[in-house]
Amino acid sequence: MNKRETILMKGADAIGEAAVRAGCSCYFGYPITPQNEIPEYMSRRMDEVGRVFLQGESEIASINMVLGAAAAGVRAMTSSSSPGISLKQEGLSFLAAMELPAVIININRGGPGLGNIAPSQGDYYQATRGGGHGDYRMPVYAPATIQELYDFTMESFDVADIYRTPVMILGDGMMGQLVEPIIVHEREEIDLPPKDYILNGAQERPSRIIKSLILDTREMEEHNWKLKRKYDLMRTLLPRYEEFMTDDAKLVIIAYGTAARIAKGAVKRVRSNGLKVGLFRPITVWPFPDEAVLSLTKKSKVFLVFEMSTGQMVDDVRLAVSGRVDCEFYGRPGGIIPSPQEISRIIERYWMQKEL
Amino acid sequence: MKKIFSRPECLKPTPFHYCPGCGHSILHRLVAEVIDEMNLRGRIIGIPPAGCAVLAYDYFDIDMCEAAHGRGCAVATGFKRSRPECIIFTYQGDGDMAAIGTAETLHAANRGENITSIFVNNAVYGMTGGQMAPTTILGQKTTTSPFGRRSNVEGYPLKITEIISTLPGAAYVARTSLATPAKVMATKKTIKKAFETQLAGLGYSLVEVLSPCPTNWKISSIESFKYLEERLELEYPLGVMKEVTTEKGS
Ligand SMILES: Cc1ncc(C[n+]2csc(CCOP(=O)(O)OP(=O)(O)O)c2C)c(N)n1
Ligand code: SF4
Repeated sequence: MNKRETILMKGADAIGEAAVRAGCSCYFGYPITPQNEIPEYMSRRMDEVGRVFLQGESEIASINMVLGAAAAGVRAMTSSSSPGISLKQEGLSFLAAMELPAVIININRGGPGLGNIAPSQGDYYQATRGGGHGDYRMPVYAPATIQELYDFTMESFDVADIYRTPVMILGDGMMGQLVEPIIVHEREEIDLPPKDYILNGAQERPSRIIKSLILDTREMEEHNWKLKRKYDLMRTLLPRYEEFMTDDAKLVIIAYGTAARIAKGAVKRVRSNGLKVGLFRPITVWPFPDEAVLSLTKKSKVFLVFEMSTGQMVDDVRLAVSGRVDCEFYGRPGGIIPSPQEISRIIERYWMQKEL
Repeated sequence: MKKIFSRPECLKPTPFHYCPGCGHSILHRLVAEVIDEMNLRGRIIGIPPAGCAVLAYDYFDIDMCEAAHGRGCAVATGFKRSRPECIIFTYQGDGDMAAIGTAETLHAANRGENITSIFVNNAVYGMTGGQMAPTTILGQKTTTSPFGRRSNVEGYPLKITEIISTLPGAAYVARTSLATPAKVMATKKTIKKAFETQLAGLGYSLVEVLSPCPTNWKISSIESFKYLEERLELEYPLGVMKEVTTEKGS
């Protein structure tokens, strides 16, 4: 493939290609629908560039292989879907505790349990609240286009290295399968902190330890505060969002990922009928762009949160607006993808109800 | 005057926290001596377990990376695949290796992962207070098998080393014991052989070491060496179960 060109790409392939060009040296994963195209792409592509692809015996093994590779100092990633992401939670907690960089692709499917293989947003809590144990946070990007899937996958390796943290890309089955024209480009070189923690043999230097066990409670507290300071820095520097026609909007629909694509279509429809409606789309769901949401309350008095779940991100929106505006919710869980028409009808209903 | 006993360079001057008579103290020293003698310190990475040896990095003066309970062989795989020039070993108890980590262990062995596992079998869960382990022998009383392990209730002792010896990816598989000074010396030789197997790139190497846990066996240190020789070695026969000497093609 050339250095920079526009090509039609499927979401899963865009993730794989972005990872390869970000310098990912190792991919470890276990098959699960709807993300099998990622390991399939990686198995071919990593071989081509002489890097490591290994199908682990489980998601637990795969995330721990990622941990080993990260501790050895190379860029590593894994990918999975809901039930598999549940199994990775122990590893995520250890990565966060040990401050090791890693990229985790999470293609959310219907749940709980085995659920189904349709696109869903039911794992927002798990992704943003730290599904593993312990007092940690993790940056989570929720792309809504294949270009973003490519760009944020690439960028997440840098974010992981800068903050020494696992980073998650949260998509759904729709994002993985969608084909769109995108610009594939190389990673821009940036200054990264030196990897002075890695283990490669104590050759002409003192031996090193990577661990999460801190028996001394005071030391453990200090480690927790240290992590907190890092998370606070992320909260300041990482939030990203898109605003679409919000300038004069009386009602703002808030949605991320696939739901935001549908919502955008709905906004365009109701705008053509003269309704002043806009879209706010969080791109990072942790850290949540709460300041941007709060400042929206100055112009818009009604917020409508739309999710492909029974309502999870709506909690973050309500926290951000802290009672300043009405915050309504519309959800379609279980793998249903509503049409823009359906969402525009919901918008019109609230428009009437709230007498906007 | 000739110095006949000194601390291996790979051991920090930190006193062990292990109970008196514990096999971990002996085994740490053996592993450290082998690393010194084979001059591996500059390229070796150790993966300690969740278990009594969780603090092994406080004693070994080499690069070490903690693994979650049972995940040692997966973490080791990540290391070895990204740094093939390094020598990677896991140090695991029986619960870590043969209960919670069975899948990671078997599959690493089966892939012929070029790593070494040192597997400390003391037939109990030491760290958590002496509960039943997969390797607890029939009739053995533990805090969770208070009537002695019964085959019809708790099942049979798991011989993971024998299982691994049947896998084509395993290159060197052996069981040793710490019951007598001679067996301790044999254990050291076996560990050396395992590292040599990895250096030669032959595949997975495993040394199971039968090891005393007087604290949870609730007997004296002296008695524990006897128990080791008379009971555990009966259930778990010593010896080399597999030794591959030439590299296989793909
Ligand atoms: C996921 C998880 N489950 C349980 C534990 C608690 N735990 C720590 S060590 C251990 C077993 C230790 O026994 P063994 O592996 O035989 O090693 P030993 O202490 O006897 O050397 C258990 C159950 C844990 N740390 N993590
Ligand atoms: S409990 Fe057993 S294995 Fe653990 S340190 Fe004491 S003697 Fe050793």
